[in-house]
This record gives sequence, C-alpha cells and structure tokens, in this order.
Amino acid sequence: MTPEQGLTLEFALTGADFNSAGEASSKIKRTLQLLGIRPDIIRRIAISAYEAEMNVIIHAYRGSIRADIHPNRTEVTVADEGPGIPDIELAMKEGYSTAPDYVREMGFGAGMGLPNMARCTDKFDIKTEAGVGTQLSMTIYH
Amino acid sequence: MAERYHSVRLTDEKCQGCVNCTRRCPTEAIRIRGGKAQITSSRCIDCGECIRYCPGHAKTAVTDELADLKKYKYNIALPAPSLYGQFSVDIPVRAILSGLLKLGFNEVFEVAHGAEIVSLAIRDHLKRKDIPRPAISSACPAIVRLIQVKYPELIDHLAPFDAPVEVAARLARAEAEELPGLTPENIGVWFITPCPAKMTAVYQPLGAEKSNITGAIAISKIYPALLKVVTAELQDARRQASWVGVGWAVSGGETNSVGADNVLIVHDVHHVANVLEQVALGKLKDVDYIEMLACAGGCIGGPLTVENRYVAEHRMKQRISRKKMEDPKFGRLPRTDYSEFELGVAGRRAIEPKPILRLDADITKAMNKIEFMDRTLKSLPGLDCGSCGSPNCKALAEDIAQGLASMTDCVFILRKKVRDLAYEMVDLADKLPPPLDKNQEYEEKEKC
Ligand code: SF4
Ligand code: SF4
Repeated sequence: MTPEQGLTLEFALTGADFNSAGEASSKIKRTLQLLGIRPDIIRRIAISAYEAEMNVIIHAYRGSIRADIHPNRTEVTVADEGPGIPDIELAMKEGYSTAPDYVREMGFGAGMGLPNMARCTDKFDIKTEAGVGTQLSMTIYH
Repeated sequence: MAERYHSVRLTDEKCQGCVNCTRRCPTEAIRIRGGKAQITSSRCIDCGECIRYCPGHAKTAVTDELADLKKYKYNIALPAPSLYGQFSVDIPVRAILSGLLKLGFNEVFEVAHGAEIVSLAIRDHLKRKDIPRPAISSACPAIVRLIQVKYPELIDHLAPFDAPVEVAARLARAEAEELPGLTPENIGVWFITPCPAKMTAVYQPLGAEKSNITGAIAISKIYPALLKVVTAELQDARRQASWVGVGWAVSGGETNSVGADNVLIVHDVHHVANVLEQVALGKLKDVDYIEMLACAGGCIGGPLTVENRYVAEHRMKQRISRKKMEDPKFGRLPRTDYSEFELGVAGRRAIEPKPILRLDADITKAMNKIEFMDRTLKSLPGLDCGSCGSPNCKALAEDIAQGLASMTDCVFILRKKVRDLAYEMVDLADKLPPPLDKNQEYEEKEKC
C-alpha cells in the first residue's frame, strides 16, 4: 500500500435489509479509530456514512458504500439502484422526507438525511436520475 | 501510556487460563499469555465483568478495610443506596445506618443525599437547548470510562456533574470540618461500595482534581460484620435521605428522580456499548437522556454486593414504595433546591478522551497494519473460540499485527501446520536414497 492509494473498505447494501443497517458505517468508524483519526472527525464521517447507508436501505433496491481512507481525508461514495430523487432542491431542505410511513414508524427517515450529510462533510456531491439511482460522494478532511 | 490505578486485579495462582474473562470484557482488555490472564491497564474500565465471570475467583477488587479507620480520628461512612437492598425490608434504613455507627464510624452520610442533588442538576441540565442530545448519565464511573476509551466522540454528551457519592463526600466533609478539633487530615470519608469502578474513581477521580473520598470498602467486605450488629429494634434517630435518592440503587431510579420522560434506561455494559454505538452514528438524537449503568439491574447488581440482584431489586422496590408513604410523615421530603457548592461546580474539570484503539502513532504504519490484519483474519478459521488467548479471531489478528502474538497461537492453524508437517514427514520417509531404491526406474538405464 502506498499512502496515495489509501485503504479501501467496500460493502454491498440491500434495500429493506434493516437487520444489517448501520453495520457498514460501524466498520468504517472502527477502522478510523484504529488509525487514530480525531474523534470529532470520526463522528462526522460516521454520521454521514450512516445517513447515506440508511438512505439506500430505505429507498433503493440495492447499492454499495465505499470508504477510501487516505492519511489526510476520507472519501465516502454511495451508489444505489433505485427510484432516484425527483427534486434534489426539495430533498436538501431540512425536515423533508420521502420515507414511507412504515419506515418512519421505525424511527428512521426523519428527513434529516441530505442536509445533515452536507453539513457534516467538506465536499458533498450528489447525482441522481429518476428511475435509475443515486450516487453520492462526500469528502471529509482529517 | 502511564500506568493507571485499577481496583480490579488478578490473583495469578488462582487463574486457570480458562479464557472466560477474555470474552466477557467489553473493551477486550484481557489476554491469556503463558497460561495466565493479563489485563491491559489502558483498556480496563473497572466494570467488574471479569470478576463476575471468573469461575476460579481469580479476579478480585482491591478495596479498603474496616481496620483502615484507625488511621483517622473521625470517620464518616457513605453508604451506597444499594447497601439497603442487601437487607430484608423489615430492617429500616435507620437500622442499617445505626449498624454502621456501631462498627466504628462516627457519622453516616447517605450517598442518596448526593443523588437527590444530582437529580435536580440533571433536570435543569435537560432544560437547556444548547446541549448535545441525548445527554448521557455520568453517575456510573465504568460507563464514563467506557466512553473515554471507546466512544471519546461522545464525551460532550455526558452530564457534566460529579457522581452522587462525590457530592455526598464533599458535603459530609464540609460538615465535619465545622466540628471543633477536626482538621481535614484527620477526617476519613469512606464509601461503602457495590463496585470496583467506584473504588477506582476514588484514586483516579473523573472530572475532579482530587476526590473528597478517603477510601472505599466493598459491601461484600463489610456485610458480615454489619449483619451481626444490625437489629430492627431501637435506633439512633438520624436524618435520612428521601425515597428519591434511595431509588438510584436500581436501574430506572435515576430517571425517576430526574423526572424526565423521553429517556432510555440501559443497563449491562454490553447493552450499553450497543446503544453507545447507535448514538455514535447519530441516532437517538430525539431522546433527551440516557441512564446508563454497567451492571445488569443497576448498582444492586454490582460485583461487590452479596445478595442476588433479583432479590435485591425486589427488596429495593418494596422499600421505596414504603418510603414513599412513610417519608412525608417523618418530614423526609425530597430536596427541591441545591447550590453550586453542593454540586461542586467549582472543582469540575472536563473529562478527557483516552482512546485505546489506535494501532500506531504513524497513520501510514497504522494503515499497513490494518491491511495486514485483514489478510491475517482471512486465514484464521473465524470461529472466535478464544483458545488462542485473545477474545476472538479479529483480536488475534490485531495482536499479531502488533507483534504480540503469532499465527500458531491459533490451535487450528497449529494443527494444520502439524498435519502438513506430518504428511511431509511421511512423504520424506518414503523416499530412499538411489542405491537402496530397487523399484525406481531410471530412464538413463534404458538409454544405455
Ligand atoms: S474490569 Fe471490565 S474492563 Fe477491566 S479487565 Fe475486567 S472485564 Fe475488562
Ligand atoms: S452500575 Fe453501579 S455498581 Fe455497577 S459499575 Fe456502575 S456504579 Fe458500579
């Protein structure tokens, strides 16, 4: 491994699989702890990775989450096959959620997702196509 | 890292190397090496899980003795509310307090008084809009330490108050210092403790420069003597804490006293760790407060108590409902106010993070170690049997990466190596040097 390549962790995600919800983000968090990254930075990465992971599980059919950890930054990329987000601007507003009722009853999908992720990260980029899927990339500097 | 004081210790002669404790320890602090358990000091949170689960009773908690009272002119006992759960409900709290006096203490000051003050402070804290939610209880020192070492990012969620026992100690000490002829040096303040975590907190205070507590005596240590002198008859009348503070002995009691309702109550250190993991991922933000206790059932389940925790819980509940009825008759009402001095605001300092997971100070080296660990883990059987002396396969992979263990510590890898070696030996045994090997055909022969 050379420092430029960094470490890559990748996990497959399955829509509606609430049993393993959060596992990928926990593993990413744990790796960052092993690396000795500052706790407050780990927290931002963990929270945004978790929100993104949950979005796939709640809304999409399948997807993946990948963390590329470099000495000075972590890049989290989440891609899914799913309905996509019809109105990004609306989705970026706090409190907006398209999560179905049964999901909200479980306490997920309170609509803090995208704005929360954007707030926690240094770079935030989202591409989405209706009926195809969504791709998120986030960078957080250590 | 500097050696830390720990109350939990190992009696080497009694350790069988059975690996039970390695697998119970919530911070993976224990390894078996050379047939004996070893506790990594920086990881240990003094929760006492290993004491509970060691079949050979090789793990003990160092606490002080009644004999240590002799070193001081004036001694104050601070009984934890969980002490009352060790006695039948027919023995009133007053009788237990009088019993402590008979054992040689000059004064008794219930920790429950401190609990009442802390409850009010938490209630006020939860009214604030600017605190990270959920706020987390800081009353159980094992949990505070768990957060320091494994969830340092959650430190600012901790309620910024001393534990009830520290508050009680400060008040008891201040009272005694008013008495004629007493100076701070000749006052001994002794906590009657259900757990080693609180013992450790005396010697290594959390959030304070120095503890007001002189020492801690295990409930299990004082119980035999106390049992002999406690009687239900005629007692010294003493001031007593109300049911509000006494309720803290059982999980859920703290929440009750605080009077908040959007609250989670979590007990047993392993469950606590699961919930902390969720908080760390940003969940549970809509919860106001989490009461967290390392022992299943709360302090009545502390490893240094004597009574079965279900029995103790039942007794405490009975005791509390009785107190609820009787306390008002005797004018024992819950506190309604507290001062900054009582709470100890001035002496408070921030709880510092003590992360333990970092593999290497150099991040590139740490990354290499992670890659190495991943590869190692793939070649381990993944049974998590613990026979290698590390708590699970992953921990062994980490130990190997850190140069603290080797691949052949895994019994399955070792067996495979032995078998491969054996096959190779059989193979070799079949081979004979050419002069003896009559069966071997040599192409060369034909050529000639
Ligand atoms: S006291 Fe708790 S943290 Fe310390 S070694 Fe025992 S089980 Fe592990
Ligand atoms: S729950 Fe109570 S007895 Fe158990 S470790 Fe925490 S403070 Fe000690």
